[in-house]
Amino acid sequence: MAMKDRSILEVRNLNMSRGGRSILRDLSFSVEENRVYGVLGPNGAGKSSLAYALMGLEEYKPDSGEIIYQGKEITELSISERARMGITMLWQEPVRFEGLSVRDYLGLCSRDGDVREYLLKVGLDERYLERNVDDTLSGGERKRVELASILALKPKLAILDEPDSGIDIISLDYIAEIVYELKKHGSVILITHNEDVAMLSDRCLLLCDGFIVKEGEPGEIVSYFKRKCVPCPTKRERYG
Amino acid sequence: MDDAYGLLLKTYRRMGGSESILRDERVAHLVIHGNEVYSSRAVEGLVLDSRSRADGVDVELRVKGGYRIEYPVHMCFGIIPEEGEQRIRLNAKIEDGAGIKILSHCMFPNAERIIHEMDAIVEIGDRADFEYLERHYHGEGGGIVVAPRAKISLGDHSRLYTEFSILDGRVGKLRMDYDMEAGEGSAIEALAKVLGYGDDEITIRERGYLRGRNSRGLIKSRIVVKGMAMSEVISELIADKGAEGARGHVDCVELVMENARARAIPLVDVWNERAKITHEASIGTVDKKQLNTLMSKGLSKEEAIDVIVKGYLR
Repeated sequence: MAMKDRSILEVRNLNMSRGGRSILRDLSFSVEENRVYGVLGPNGAGKSSLAYALMGLEEYKPDSGEIIYQGKEITELSISERARMGITMLWQEPVRFEGLSVRDYLGLCSRDGDVREYLLKVGLDERYLERNVDDTLSGGERKRVELASILALKPKLAILDEPDSGIDIISLDYIAEIVYELKKHGSVILITHNEDVAMLSDRCLLLCDGFIVKEGEPGEIVSYFKRKCVPCPTKRERYG
Repeated sequence: MDDAYGLLLKTYRRMGGSESILRDERVAHLVIHGNEVYSSRAVEGLVLDSRSRADGVDVELRVKGGYRIEYPVHMCFGIIPEEGEQRIRLNAKIEDGAGIKILSHCMFPNAERIIHEMDAIVEIGDRADFEYLERHYHGEGGGIVVAPRAKISLGDHSRLYTEFSILDGRVGKLRMDYDMEAGEGSAIEALAKVLGYGDDEITIRERGYLRGRNSRGLIKSRIVVKGMAMSEVISELIADKGAEGARGHVDCVELVMENARARAIPLVDVWNERAKITHEASIGTVDKKQLNTLMSKGLSKEEAIDVIVKGYLR
């Protein structure tokens, strides 16, 4: 009961299909306040679809089930409404914006005005403020700017979809620092296919083919993942 | 100073201009209301003559050889009443080694039945620079026909930059037609930015003709149409037989929203096997991923669209 009182997010019996195919199947889990919750799984497991459903993308509306955030059902709320309640998301492949400077982009997210500190936290100096968030930034730079924007928002719940993907030179320590920075203000859902990144979580679930295979301590889940999922037995059965 | 002049200056201030610029003796300017010249100043190295005629205004502009005009020249054109006609005939010559930047502010805040035409012939010599930035302010009436036409020729190793924008108020009917021709080692860059809504009609034709060896051309347009507005953008870049080593690019992006309609016609024509011209044109609505990203930061859909559109037109 005590655990339930501390949860910021509860997902209850979530089902979602796209194009007639079941993507998420009867998912139930909860995320506690100021904790990092890992979602580990191979490609195609439904991890990003889960992230989109939690963020409220129109095309990823659940068929059934409930998403409860801070005790309120948000299943029918739009992205903007969820964001205003303190939920945000790091996109796996951040989009580019023509004519929008890094300063203005971060300014959309920052409540305290000074955005330089967030850039420094992601390893970019203030010269980047005058750059545009367009294709003049490398993929790694763009991802770092997106991470800075998430830090600037100080979200109560940050959904990080593959935070380490696409960043040029990256260390696990660096991702860890960002995750712990976010943890100061709220909770984090850490979506990844990387076992080392999953180890940064306080609690973790293993997602496969839209199902929760197992939930528990990250060490236990990662160990299970390494033993049972690499290589993927379903694909082995299917493709020999 | 009559009312129209005062109101023109007021509009100029609304566009971010400052009257002190017009008083500054180091800065050349030209203020024309309707077909009447209100104020004009030249500076050393610049000849600026203007004459009102019954059917328009003739403007002669000449930058003497070797002179680089230090401060941008401010030109204010406009009509304050709801109706009227303005026809500017500009003959400009930028002599060898000269350079000038012109900021042109076109103000029609109450337009209901207005015609604004500009016919410009610009001759740019060798090793010369010419920048022409034209920004319009139209108000919400939409009753205006804007027809800027220009024929611009560059000598060798010269540079032309033009920027045309209508972002404040209704476009009305825009009929833009620019012809630009570059000699050896010269560069042309033309940018048009227009936001159309209501029943605005936008027609833009820009043609860059790369005549000389190693000449360069970039024709770029950013158009956003919504409501019932329509746009057609024809961007041509031609590399002539003698344009060995020439490089060019046509870049047209149009955003279409609501019931608007957009056409983009990029046209490249290469006559020399050692020249290269590329083009990209895209027409579409606001990108869903961009929208989702901004909305995930707490912006409403409308606010997100506004940020995206402003970025395109910046």
